[in-house]
Amino acid sequence: MQFRKILLAAVATTALAFVPGADAKTFRYAFQGDAQSLDPHGLNETFTLGFLSTVYETLTAYDGDMNLVPQLATSWEVTSPTVWRFNLRKGVKFHDGGDLTADDVIFTWKRTLTEGSDQKVRGGLISDVRKVDEHTVDIETATPTPTLARELTNIYIMDKEWAEKNDAVEAASPKTAGRENAYASQNENGTGPFTVAEREPDVKTIFKRFDKHWGNLKTNVTEVIFTPISQDATRVAALISGELDLVYPVPVQDWDRINSAPGAKALAGPEARTIFLGMDQWRDELLYSSVKGKNPFKDARVRAAFAHAIDLDAIKAKVMRGASTPSGLMLAPQIAGYSKDLNNPYAYDPDKSKKLLAEAGYGDGFSLTLDCPNNRYVNDEKICQAAAGMLAKVGIKVDVFAQPKSKYFAKVSTQNDNDTSMYLLGWTPGSMDVSNVLDNLIVCMDKEANKGQFNYGRYCNEKITPIANQVREETDPAKRQALVDSAFKILQDDVGYLPLHQQPLSWGVRDGVTVAQRADNVLDIRSVVLP
Amino acid sequence: MDPLSLRENVSDTYVRFRDSDIYYSFRRSPLTIVAAVITVVFVGAAVFAPWVAPHHPFDLTTIDLLDAFTPPVWAEGGDSRFLLGTDDQGRDMLSTIMFGARISLGVGFASVIFAMVIGVSLGLLSGYVGGTTDSIIMRIADIQLSFPAILIALLIDGVVRGILPRDMHDEVAVYVLIFAIGVSGWVQYARTVRGSTMVEKNKEYVQAARVMGVMPWLIMLRHVLPNAMGPVLVIGTIHLAVAIITEATLSFLGVGVPPTSPSLGTLIRVGNDFLFSGEWWITVFPGIGLAVLVLAVNLLGDWLRDALNPKLR
Repeated sequence: MQFRKILLAAVATTALAFVPGADAKTFRYAFQGDAQSLDPHGLNETFTLGFLSTVYETLTAYDGDMNLVPQLATSWEVTSPTVWRFNLRKGVKFHDGGDLTADDVIFTWKRTLTEGSDQKVRGGLISDVRKVDEHTVDIETATPTPTLARELTNIYIMDKEWAEKNDAVEAASPKTAGRENAYASQNENGTGPFTVAEREPDVKTIFKRFDKHWGNLKTNVTEVIFTPISQDATRVAALISGELDLVYPVPVQDWDRINSAPGAKALAGPEARTIFLGMDQWRDELLYSSVKGKNPFKDARVRAAFAHAIDLDAIKAKVMRGASTPSGLMLAPQIAGYSKDLNNPYAYDPDKSKKLLAEAGYGDGFSLTLDCPNNRYVNDEKICQAAAGMLAKVGIKVDVFAQPKSKYFAKVSTQNDNDTSMYLLGWTPGSMDVSNVLDNLIVCMDKEANKGQFNYGRYCNEKITPIANQVREETDPAKRQALVDSAFKILQDDVGYLPLHQQPLSWGVRDGVTVAQRADNVLDIRSVVLP
Repeated sequence: MDPLSLRENVSDTYVRFRDSDIYYSFRRSPLTIVAAVITVVFVGAAVFAPWVAPHHPFDLTTIDLLDAFTPPVWAEGGDSRFLLGTDDQGRDMLSTIMFGARISLGVGFASVIFAMVIGVSLGLLSGYVGGTTDSIIMRIADIQLSFPAILIALLIDGVVRGILPRDMHDEVAVYVLIFAIGVSGWVQYARTVRGSTMVEKNKEYVQAARVMGVMPWLIMLRHVLPNAMGPVLVIGTIHLAVAIITEATLSFLGVGVPPTSPSLGTLIRVGNDFLFSGEWWITVFPGIGLAVLVLAVNLLGDWLRDALNPKLR
């Protein structure tokens, strides 16, 4: 009898102990790699930026359907073609208790233009930010920029006082982080709904709800535990076993397996990200190739030969399991400026490819190294291996150098002088507009003007630059589309890039968890509702 | 020497082998014969892989992505060109396993020989010289024995990778593996040889050699070593199985040989990605290959141990 009482008491205590658990909602998720830094201006990479949206906020933002919504700005208006007035939200607190003011916006803009910043293209759109009063700023652009409010969705506002106090007024790229200006890459002070409670890079990050957040959010999550899991199979197993609430990306071949598992389902949709191959077209000699003394990629015939050697449909069928959309454009259909008529992938024609190589004087082929991330895009390394196999058939020996994205980006980035001969990259324009693609990837690289920062192969056709400038300013949709089409026509004729496909969004979630799956593959914790 | 006496010599050796205890015990054990046949098949397939494999899986010009994920020939959708199916890049599994076994066995043999050379030399030295040298070597051995071999191999592998520049990793990966596995396994040899040496060095023939003024290293090499080699061979065979497993483990963890020249462990790791999606053959066949090979080598080692043990005869 005595024993039974103790047992009952024990059961009751255990039950009580679980009651607070009903309020505390922990959301556990995994991605294939970790955020490269906590510095919001250090790396313009979708995952790192999406990860930081948990703690940092921007003037404008996207909702789950990619509609532009106010965030730290309550409203904005275009007062003249180049001047935008933003009214800041009042009563917004940074995590250290500081208030959000116009000075912080000005400081943030200046920070995006510092040496280590990866947001120079966006910061460079702006020529001045003026304080009107404590909660109003005028943003002036160098040229009329209709897409400004969309570009601002990726510029996280930092606290001026905090940055000055902690020697973080300059942005730190992941390559230099840890040596200089390291404070902001290891600590955060945003205005977002969560704070970083604990962070071990590449192991685990724990976020706790920030109780002074201004918003009335949909999410009921009070704690977020993020773990990077690089192995696809391990990530999927962790979801199926119930250890995690959400994992992404899920290998496309595992959709059936997840859907048939109790308690989990695959969440798929088209992503606005285009995967493509880039080629070094500016060096006089390739860094990693058997060809010495000249650069074969300077010859458009060689680039065309590469394009015709790659079988996009085979990649779709075998590597992507039918879940990708082969593309002939550097744009996804979701992006403003996309043109269906121009979306003609280069035909798979190995004979033509061999002929072109022979004409260009490379009939015996040559070898080169293809840089490739192995934890960034869906099946990225496998795409590179598949491309290598196809190129081998026309006599090009490709060594795939696949490495984790942190090392990959450190190697090929412009801050590292684009140390590559050929590379695989994916791009989603943060503004969901073609102008971003032109300015970042396609125009000639111009460090002074902050243009072409992600044109890693430095493809350059002088004719495109003025068109890109017009596209940025043009407001008439028909005229704008004509300009866009003319630019992409030039790019296609030059074979400046080798577009491969748009990859699918591929997430796995536990039953009962609702989340908005954005077309830019950003997981916004604000949209997560746990059962 | 005229050809006739050579032939006599050869047949002499053959007769001696046929009448020996070892051959007798080999013939008496069907399990051992099976193990030996399997080992010979594996070694043969590995050594002659470039000539006997149905495809050359690492020549990119011969593989076709459209052949990827072909199931084994007996399953639905199988293709007679690919007996055991193909992997995610369209490479023939049977051929990749043969080439993989080549790397696995190569690394295994090389690291066993490496461990043997270090272990036997240190063991001889330790047993013959004795005193402080003996104490130092044996204490190091004790310390190393308290860690699992795989941990030591991982440690060495990690340190070497840390020292060398990134571009060199793939080129030297195989040698690093051999070094790491070899260094993690020398202790057994040293201990065994030390024991035998201590017994042998007090025997009359060694003392006689010493009195005659033979150099100590010559005594160790010519007189003591041959009498200590029996157990070393036994350990070597068993260690071969361990070395192959260690290499597979390291490669499975991603710190072994690069994917461009995969061993069985690398193949298992790559195939692991496709287990959930139903393409079981990509990981299961290399797995079975590894298990069978290691089991066969182990059985051979066990048999050799019993055959060379006078108490069991």
